[in-house]
Amino acid sequence: MSSMKLTAALAASLALSACTDAGQFGGGGLFGGNRPADDTQFGDPTSPSYFQQAIGDRVLFPVDQAVLTDEGRAILDAQAGWLAVNSDYVAIIEGHADEQGTREYNLALGARRANAVREYLLSKGVAGVRLRTVSYGKERPIEICSAEACYEQNRRAVTVISGGLSS
Amino acid sequence: MKTFLKSLLCALALFLGVAPLAQAQNGPLRIEITDGVIEPLPFAVPNFVAETIGMEELATNIARVVAADLNGTGLFREIPENAFISTITNFSSPVQYSDWKAINAQALISGAVSMNNTGEMSVKFRVYDVFSGQELGNGLRFRGTREGWRRIAHKVADAVYSRITGESGYFDSRVVYVSETGPKNERLKRLAIMDYDGANLQFLTDSSSIVLAPRFSPSGDRVLYTSYETGFPRVFVLDVGSATRRVLEDQPGTMSFAPRFSPDGNSVVFSITEGGNTDIYLMDINSGSRKRLTNAPSIETAPSFSPDGKRIVFESDRSGSQQLYIMSANGGQAQRISFGQGRYGTPVWSPRGDLVAFTKQNKGRFHIGVMRVDGSEERLLTASFLDEGPTWSPNGRVIMFTRETQGANGSASLYSVDVSGRNLKPVRTQGGGSDPSWSPLQQ
Repeated sequence: MSSMKLTAALAASLALSACTDAGQFGGGGLFGGNRPADDTQFGDPTSPSYFQQAIGDRVLFPVDQAVLTDEGRAILDAQAGWLAVNSDYVAIIEGHADEQGTREYNLALGARRANAVREYLLSKGVAGVRLRTVSYGKERPIEICSAEACYEQNRRAVTVISGGLSS
Repeated sequence: MKTFLKSLLCALALFLGVAPLAQAQNGPLRIEITDGVIEPLPFAVPNFVAETIGMEELATNIARVVAADLNGTGLFREIPENAFISTITNFSSPVQYSDWKAINAQALISGAVSMNNTGEMSVKFRVYDVFSGQELGNGLRFRGTREGWRRIAHKVADAVYSRITGESGYFDSRVVYVSETGPKNERLKRLAIMDYDGANLQFLTDSSSIVLAPRFSPSGDRVLYTSYETGFPRVFVLDVGSATRRVLEDQPGTMSFAPRFSPDGNSVVFSITEGGNTDIYLMDINSGSRKRLTNAPSIETAPSFSPDGKRIVFESDRSGSQQLYIMSANGGQAQRISFGQGRYGTPVWSPRGDLVAFTKQNKGRFHIGVMRVDGSEERLLTASFLDEGPTWSPNGRVIMFTRETQGANGSASLYSVDVSGRNLKPVRTQGGGSDPSWSPLQQ
């Protein structure tokens, strides 16, 4: 699932950069006129659900780290592209940790992860006022087994899109 | 409750005996609480005598709570009633020591309960050193309301514990904790408060937002905790009597958590996270004025005061992994005290001031442990998939903590263990529980 999401996110990312650099490829360029066929399955490309499903709303982290991976950066590039186009939306970045750690430390670690995502998006031109962060530490796992297969999904920062700046 | 407390403050120490027996203090009925193996001291608590009509059930219940308190320490072992040769039907009659010696009861506790016509309950008790055939200390009487009977029973048990061990007890105390229900990924949490033995449970918040790590004030009247009710983790202070609460720290763009009171109850030490970096701050709880105590790009959190208020132990990953440090209560240079294998977090200074309890994580296991304040004599008291968050009993002899079980159906519950590592056992709660904080002895 995550590799499909990544593919979609990369495609969307390329599509967005193609849009902003339209002249380079011309009207009938690589992505210009022909959107990927499966793009429509995610609905309105300006919707938060599209962001969540097609762009990819989360990045994962190694154990006890808040360093972005290459895969994470690619997703965040796509997030930044989407946020640039859909400039009415704001986001809360939620940082999370797996259960292997004490409560307070994991809160602080989740905050580091959320902040790493925020800093990256800022570096890609997203305005700071649009990006807030919160840490849930180990309080809100999405996968509940006590094994690395679950832990790796829980060590995450999720960009949650919400109502526009003006709304 | 209020009237009960008031009348309890007026509890009278009555000299029921003719004269205090000086040598009883040095008699054989004595438990030295050490780290060595202790053979629990056998004791008998016959049902208390009902001296007024209708008090029979209460007299029995009070004796049962006294016995459960003493039994629960692991230092004492109750001799069951069916082994008794005789019993006590009159509080003032001389004790037949031979009957109690025959069943090897080293300590005998007798008591009597009465109610006067204004509704005031009176509970008297005596402690006997069976083998030396003497009373240990003097008879004592507590007064209160009928509703407060459990507290009076705990006070009796505290007095017995204190006479036999020479140390103060911990039974007339409360625990505030996070009550947990539901699966791991949709867990509902709310603050709960109960007697140390699980009785008299009350909920202090609803479960509409996540609450974490409540901490008692030094007098037990207030609780600090972290709540997501604003959408972000924020430190709140709650008045236990009225259950009213207010946010302590609400600066936009930050989070605040891990609060603890100073020993005088006037300040709060806690963490603020800003721009992904977590440091420790001190706030005057009345004025709200704030002072930054650490200033490092690493995580500094879980601060806890020394009992004299002069120093603070906390955790930091400034060395690359979570370790324990001690600094002055004014901040400044910190001294690392943990040097063993693995990671150390959630330090809590003991009420006696000599030890720090902590959570240790090593090779995929979690431990509750203690070390001396200088970092020496580290001792691990528990080992499991996930133990964390120690809190000290008022007398510094017992540690309560959270144990979480493994897997998709894993759940959290409260456990306690002696500082010696003995007597590990679950604490009775209704449903799951985490993050206990033990109150001081009640006044």
